Amino acid sequence: MKKDKFNIANKKFNSRLIVGTGKYKNMNECAKAIKLSGAEIVTVAVRRVNITDKKKPLLMDYIDPKKITYLPNTAGCFNSKEALRTLRLAREIGGWKLVKLEVLGDKKNLFPDMIETLKSTEILTNEGFQVMVYCNDDPLMAKRLENSGACAIMPLAAPIGSGLGIQNKINIKIIRNQTKLPLIIDAGLGQASDAVIAMELGCDGVLVNTAIAKAKKPFDMALAFKNAVISGRQSYLSGRIEKNLMGKPSSPINNII
Amino acid sequence: MSKLKKIKIKVNGKIKTVDRNTKLSNLIDKLKIPIKKVAIELNLEIVDKKKLSRIILSKNDKIEIVHFIGGG
Repeated sequence: MKKDKFNIANKKFNSRLIVGTGKYKNMNECAKAIKLSGAEIVTVAVRRVNITDKKKPLLMDYIDPKKITYLPNTAGCFNSKEALRTLRLAREIGGWKLVKLEVLGDKKNLFPDMIETLKSTEILTNEGFQVMVYCNDDPLMAKRLENSGACAIMPLAAPIGSGLGIQNKINIKIIRNQTKLPLIIDAGLGQASDAVIAMELGCDGVLVNTAIAKAKKPFDMALAFKNAVISGRQSYLSGRIEKNLMGKPSSPINNII
Repeated sequence: MSKLKKIKIKVNGKIKTVDRNTKLSNLIDKLKIPIKKVAIELNLEIVDKKKLSRIILSKNDKIEIVHFIGGG
């Protein structure tokens, strides 16, 4: 397993688990959970600086962007214009070109607006961004994103924060079989076994936020997801047995007394 | 006539009054913004952080100062 690196936009990572930095009780809890998860990439949001309360803790003081790759996202953007503005600002903060594009279409189910997403992917790629794209689990859209220059395809398992796990394994498998791009399950996972399933389907990685941050014991859950991703990947690479409807004995049937 | 020496601008959605001829760099210093950890937008255009001292604020300017926070 040593040589099994996670490649994103020509960068190599050891961990296939990407974690979000939202929803934690505080920055300390967030930083500790990330450490335990072993993640080397974390998603971050772009928001206004609080100009009245200067004592508010800064994310960068807790998670060192020199050690952990920051993946700025466009969470909360509902059209291409907002998403482009957000990511151009993110790039300005510290030269980040690897970004997560997420253009939402509905405030209740948080499903992505794929028309705006596709448009934004093309523009951002032309501007030199490396765009990891949150999308629905539609193989045709995944193909279009690939053709528009996306550097990773990130279909949802289920609605963001729902914890429902992978709802459409068949579509994920179809997307896996049609693309060589990194395929990362983003959103909707609820427990470690969901990550195992994603990895066993052949996904290259998973992105988890709520399932860790809102678990009763976030540190233990961070560790559980770390192990799940490793385990699922190993299982996938090991080549599972064929499924049979009938039983096959594990012990020899000859020389039975 | 002292009122004429002041102008109103908007910073992160909040109205602020500053002296006429205030440079953007003065404003950032005054707000104690850690410049390396933010991006700045002036009237929807991203500002090159090296050129802050060349920009003199005008009446009704809209400034956005953003940074990274926790997010999924």
